[in-house]
Amino acid sequence: MAEKVLMKGNEALAEAAVRVGCRFYAGYPITPQTEIIEYLSWRMPEVGGTVYQAESELSGINMIIGAAAAGGRVLTTSSGPGFSLYQEGISLLAAYDFPAIIIDVMRVGSGPGDIRQGQGDYWQITRGGGNGDYRTFVLAPNSVQESVDLIKHGYEIAEKWRCPVIIASDATIGQTMEPVVLPEFEEHDPKKHDSWRVRGNPTLEGKDQHLLANVFMAMDWVDNGSYFEYYLDKCKKMEEAEQMWESYMVEDADIVLVAYGCSSRIARETVELAREEGLKLGLIRPITLWPFPNKAFEEAKAAKAFCTVEINILGQMVDDVRLAIHDRVPVDTVGDFWGVPDPDRIIAKAKELLGL
Amino acid sequence: MPDIRLPKSLPEPGLWCQGCGHGIVSRLIMEVLEELGVAEKAIIVEDVACGAMGMYTIDSFWGSHGRTIPAAIGIKSINPDAIVFAKPGDGAAYSIGVAELVHAALRGNNITVIVINNTIYGMTGGQMAPTTLPGAWSATSPQGKDADKYGVLDVFKLIGELNCAYLARGELYDIPAINKTKEMIRKAFQNQIDGKGFSMVEILSPCPTNFHMTPQEAKEYIHTEATKYFPLGVRCDKE
Repeated sequence: MAEKVLMKGNEALAEAAVRVGCRFYAGYPITPQTEIIEYLSWRMPEVGGTVYQAESELSGINMIIGAAAAGGRVLTTSSGPGFSLYQEGISLLAAYDFPAIIIDVMRVGSGPGDIRQGQGDYWQITRGGGNGDYRTFVLAPNSVQESVDLIKHGYEIAEKWRCPVIIASDATIGQTMEPVVLPEFEEHDPKKHDSWRVRGNPTLEGKDQHLLANVFMAMDWVDNGSYFEYYLDKCKKMEEAEQMWESYMVEDADIVLVAYGCSSRIARETVELAREEGLKLGLIRPITLWPFPNKAFEEAKAAKAFCTVEINILGQMVDDVRLAIHDRVPVDTVGDFWGVPDPDRIIAKAKELLGL
Repeated sequence: MPDIRLPKSLPEPGLWCQGCGHGIVSRLIMEVLEELGVAEKAIIVEDVACGAMGMYTIDSFWGSHGRTIPAAIGIKSINPDAIVFAKPGDGAAYSIGVAELVHAALRGNNITVIVINNTIYGMTGGQMAPTTLPGAWSATSPQGKDADKYGVLDVFKLIGELNCAYLARGELYDIPAINKTKEMIRKAFQNQIDGKGFSMVEILSPCPTNFHMTPQEAKEYIHTEATKYFPLGVRCDKE
């Protein structure tokens, strides 16, 4: 049995990445995720890895793009305004089928916003802020332990599907210290990806060349339209296979709360408080924000309404819940700019939805 | 088909306009890589403009516009045995990607960069670059470039005092000039093999299509006018 250690969420993310074989990190300091680059600045050299404090997020993500093209397990991290600068690179990673993990330790607000916790990046991370036609996995931990677990899982699905993975943490999870069991050390050999990575063409014959860009895939495959089919099929299969969620007292719930990340912890407490006063609340906690866990909603047969709990004003997750339940019953939201809404506010909203 | 003996890594000519310098540069690079015996482990990071239209058979990665240098650094980190080079144009290297260029030169990353400077944006149809000469016409300086407003960027002044192992500028005017440029390219790759650090060659190259000139006029223009602002020769050569 592995030993439990007490670690801050951000540092645990960094250590977990090192342990599962990430040997290249490039990023730029921004609160509230700066512990990651600080931690890796001493940790990476210990394991023979490379870390760059890049001149900007643009440079940082393009460094990890190159390292991913060469077959490495790679990581970059940011928050809010810095994460916005990654969009061009995330679009490219997805277009070229490169595995990589990009972490957004979410802070509050649009524009520069502020450094407190937030969940206002939901649309950006689930819809894709970059140009073009692509999808990325989005994993949302709600504890330090889950942050660590999702790093390992993230690299596995990134490589299995050849698709970038965004981990959506937030300032609260990133800054909280909790006991955690870290993953075992594993080696990653870039040669594992010799079938596609740039490695040097050993024969200099055109047929053996690795030419990395989706336009070439599309050109090569254009005769039978198979690139189109390939990408559509891949996205459908990812959506079917990789949904993750946690349900809590959903089956008989009149009102089902939907919350992820730090909000889900308050939402779970709210369910317990509400049940004490006889109000049947439940909680669906999406762990994958894309693919959104539609399957979780099949269990919520008794629900008269759904309510998302989010740290944003516009209820960014509402659309996904509406799609998951085919607008069968009303979907509302209770949100806040500065923090997770109090249980009292959530319960008041639930009563309102039940006409009580 | 005339008997053109192309390098093995360049089995067919590129897709460039008549009189463009890109084709010559491509051939020089591939010849050098083969002569140094490293073509099989060479990886090019191409920018998304005219430069990307070469028909090489070495492994190739198309980076984002202006970000080929950080991508080359990433590849080299994972695969230090590879010979990795970025090939941006002057717009990519000196405008959108200038921060990435400056910091790579400052860190002295052990990669090779070959910049084709044709003093204009080629792929997008002849807009003004930081290297466009004062008074020169372009689609976005139709009255002639106002140098008081925009200046002219000489990379020697920009990164010459930083941490370059090698920084040189060549041209493609005639056979002796091409041969001299080839030796610069050779040095920039030899340095990477020897682990000496950031090595870059800028190559002045004509763009007759966007200059609205004949190939001969474009060649003369680069040779006589551009070299007034962009001195030829070696700026840095660390032993």
